[in-house]
Amino acid sequence: MIGVAYALIAVFILILVPWIGVQGLGLTYLFGVIIPYAAMAIFFFGVLQRLIKWSRIPNPFKIPTTGGQQKSLDWIRQSKFDNPSSTGQVVGRVLSEVFLFRSLFRNLSPRVGIQGTGVTYASAKWLWVFAILFHYAMFTTVFRHLRFFTNPVPWPVKFVEGIDGWLEVGIPQVMISGLVLLCAVCLLLTRRLVIPRFRYISLMNDFFPLFLLIAIATTGALMRYIVGIDVPSVKELIIGLISFKPVMNEGIGPLFFIHIFLVSTLLAYFPFSKLIHAGGIFFSPTRSMANDNRAVHHDNPWNYPVKFHTYDAFEEEFRDKMTEAGIPLDKDPASLPGKD
Amino acid sequence: MTDDLPKPEKLSQIDLTMPSTGWMDTPALLKKGIFCHAARAKDIEALNMPNPRDWRVEDDDWKLPENWQEIILDGLRERLEKFRSLRIFMDTCVRCGACADKCHFFIGSGDPKNMPVLRAELLRSVYRSNFTGAGKIMGKMVGARGLTEKVLKEWWYYFFQCTECRRCSLFCPYGIDTAEITIIVRELLNLLGLNIDWIASPVAKCHHVGNHIGMEPQAMKESIDFLCDDIKDITGIRIEPSFNRKGAEILFITSSGDYYSEPGIFTCMGYLMLFHQLGLDYTWSTYAAEGGNFGYFTSHEAAKLLNAKIYAEAERLGVKYILGGECGHMWRVLNQYMDTMNGPPDFLETPVSPVTGTRFENAASTKAVHICEFTADLIKEDKLTFDPKRNDHIDLTYHDSCNVARGMGMFEEPRYIIKKVCNNFYEMPEETIREQTFCCGSGAGLHAGEDMELRMRGGFARANAVRHVRDKHGVNMLACICAIDRAAFPTLMEYWAPEVGVTGIHELLANAMIMDGEKERTQDIRGEDLPNLEPEDKGDKH
Repeated sequence: MIGVAYALIAVFILILVPWIGVQGLGLTYLFGVIIPYAAMAIFFFGVLQRLIKWSRIPNPFKIPTTGGQQKSLDWIRQSKFDNPSSTGQVVGRVLSEVFLFRSLFRNLSPRVGIQGTGVTYASAKWLWVFAILFHYAMFTTVFRHLRFFTNPVPWPVKFVEGIDGWLEVGIPQVMISGLVLLCAVCLLLTRRLVIPRFRYISLMNDFFPLFLLIAIATTGALMRYIVGIDVPSVKELIIGLISFKPVMNEGIGPLFFIHIFLVSTLLAYFPFSKLIHAGGIFFSPTRSMANDNRAVHHDNPWNYPVKFHTYDAFEEEFRDKMTEAGIPLDKDPASLPGKD
Repeated sequence: MTDDLPKPEKLSQIDLTMPSTGWMDTPALLKKGIFCHAARAKDIEALNMPNPRDWRVEDDDWKLPENWQEIILDGLRERLEKFRSLRIFMDTCVRCGACADKCHFFIGSGDPKNMPVLRAELLRSVYRSNFTGAGKIMGKMVGARGLTEKVLKEWWYYFFQCTECRRCSLFCPYGIDTAEITIIVRELLNLLGLNIDWIASPVAKCHHVGNHIGMEPQAMKESIDFLCDDIKDITGIRIEPSFNRKGAEILFITSSGDYYSEPGIFTCMGYLMLFHQLGLDYTWSTYAAEGGNFGYFTSHEAAKLLNAKIYAEAERLGVKYILGGECGHMWRVLNQYMDTMNGPPDFLETPVSPVTGTRFENAASTKAVHICEFTADLIKEDKLTFDPKRNDHIDLTYHDSCNVARGMGMFEEPRYIIKKVCNNFYEMPEETIREQTFCCGSGAGLHAGEDMELRMRGGFARANAVRHVRDKHGVNMLACICAIDRAAFPTLMEYWAPEVGVTGIHELLANAMIMDGEKERTQDIRGEDLPNLEPEDKGDKH
């Protein structure tokens, strides 16, 4: 449980650093330009390096986990996406994992009853629900942020924003994605804290990204709904950043610097942490390989010959016993040298 | 069953509360009844594997080589570069816990280190501390720990509590496969000579003699001839199978469990009767006499070493293809490894059923067909006639064996056969069959006598589902297509679900199959009288 404390302290420090840096020391250029650049560079090259590293390691064996009927006889219906036998089907399987969290959707939970009643199994889709809510809310939120990066704002971003604000509550309008994001992260956190076995397996590395996301979403919400920031100045800064001509305007509140510092931390942390799981699914051999092992030869680049016990050695040892039992031999006993 | 094994009432009281100390601070206490005996020096030597010595699990001193940490870390480094699976599985776990309660050992023991996520963390923690920047700098705070003797013993204890059934891998959102991690950690442990006796001994025998039990060629032939005598008594038909016959069309390979012990031998009689009825041009081999591969529970190299004999023998005998019997991990190896390890076998041909003419395109490269595929095709093409009433004394349920379920995906073929030969068939609850099937608790070489408590705990989830259909539908027979299942289930059923027998599918088939020239059947394959065929008993059923 010490992991929770460490993670919480770390995120507090990450909030304090830009606050002191900007308010106390006036380091707006450091926190508004240099650190975001560095974070983006670390994110980009870190992810790239990780993907290259993974892709260079061979898959010596084809080991898909089969989750449905194999392709065998023509009249038996194959379960194409749970047991793919072609590249197209594998793509389908991987996409169903990426967009629908197929495997997580299978989740069920055994309930060990009191003595004698045995075990029953209940569907346990809540992890799937939290995960789906979180990831789609995250995606929508990031996508919405494109309006800070573009001028004019492209129609898909406006469109998503329109849908996102359909509740038409509050001024400015409440964005559902942000709300859902915050709720889902809190649910994922609660789950880790409340259920004993999840608390038991959790490390600081599991709590830290959750607290970080809570802090990011909260600072974002504060800016949008309560404190308010100078949006045109911020937009100028961001467009400056992405066009490599950074402009630092006066009067952007410290909240923005805290927000962007936390996001920078998340980006820099991403390639070296469990957050890299986003890329991992494409490389996972149990999901990304076809179950066609018997139909198509799969080559192991480091395959090497082994000295197995040969038939000749076997026959040599059991010659007499095999002869007696009437088992045919390669070398006829009569034709062997030294026998008459 | 051993005397110190707790009664089922006691064993089913599973404590699911987590320890008060974190898992890194909770040392593994090696418990008698859970672990297996240590491998013996002579068996390690037989395969020229490193660090052979006699040692005892109970002793503090495991006689490790002086530079054992270096050996393990070098071995791990090498494998991180050779297996993408390992690197991905080390890097991507988010500890979401979806796998936690999917493991039959966790369900049956409540031991947190039997949650697949923690089993993997046992290795991942060492990976972090030696191969990641964060782990090197921040240590325990980020879940990293050094490789100490305690950690090594913990590995040994828990990676020989995994049956490589892959159930966790099905539910993992990233497909992290604990079986793969177990295979690799066992491989590392084997670098130090830390195998278990129940695996090392069969491997040595299989390597040298040809099968796990060390049955010599003449004894194997005798054993099968003996089964033919029983077939003669039951059907009136004399079968004379051939051994090591050159020029046969098909080489038949099955697990040795099928020709030496009950109830596997009844399944074996089924094969013999089926092949005879078809007039199949096939041969047994006394050299490649083992389909099972305990090398696979040792290291990839040992798996390859034992598996190599199958293609070598097929080439020597000049057969066209290979037909494989009912065995679980044998088929994981044949399906996912054989062609890569020892193929492609260009001297063989794409399998074609000589009876129906069906080409098995799904085996076009490996040239190995599963007998359930072969038989399902025969039945579909109407090449066999059955009297399923001969199985009416059986109320059947079917266990999907882990390896053919999650390492192949063979679900419909066996069910198709069952439904044609057996009138009374009941499925277990859907969360416990097909791809979600539970392990027998004794797979991956853990089917020893000294770890009986582990086996009963591991098989609890499976047995619980069997007990459910026993009580609900009066099921009295459990079918499976795995030799380890057939060896392990009788004990497991006796313990958790008494009155349920164990059978293979080809035993059921042989009961029902009408053979040319057979005498009127009054006995089933086990030599037991068929009650339902007597007129006065008719209608009593149900």
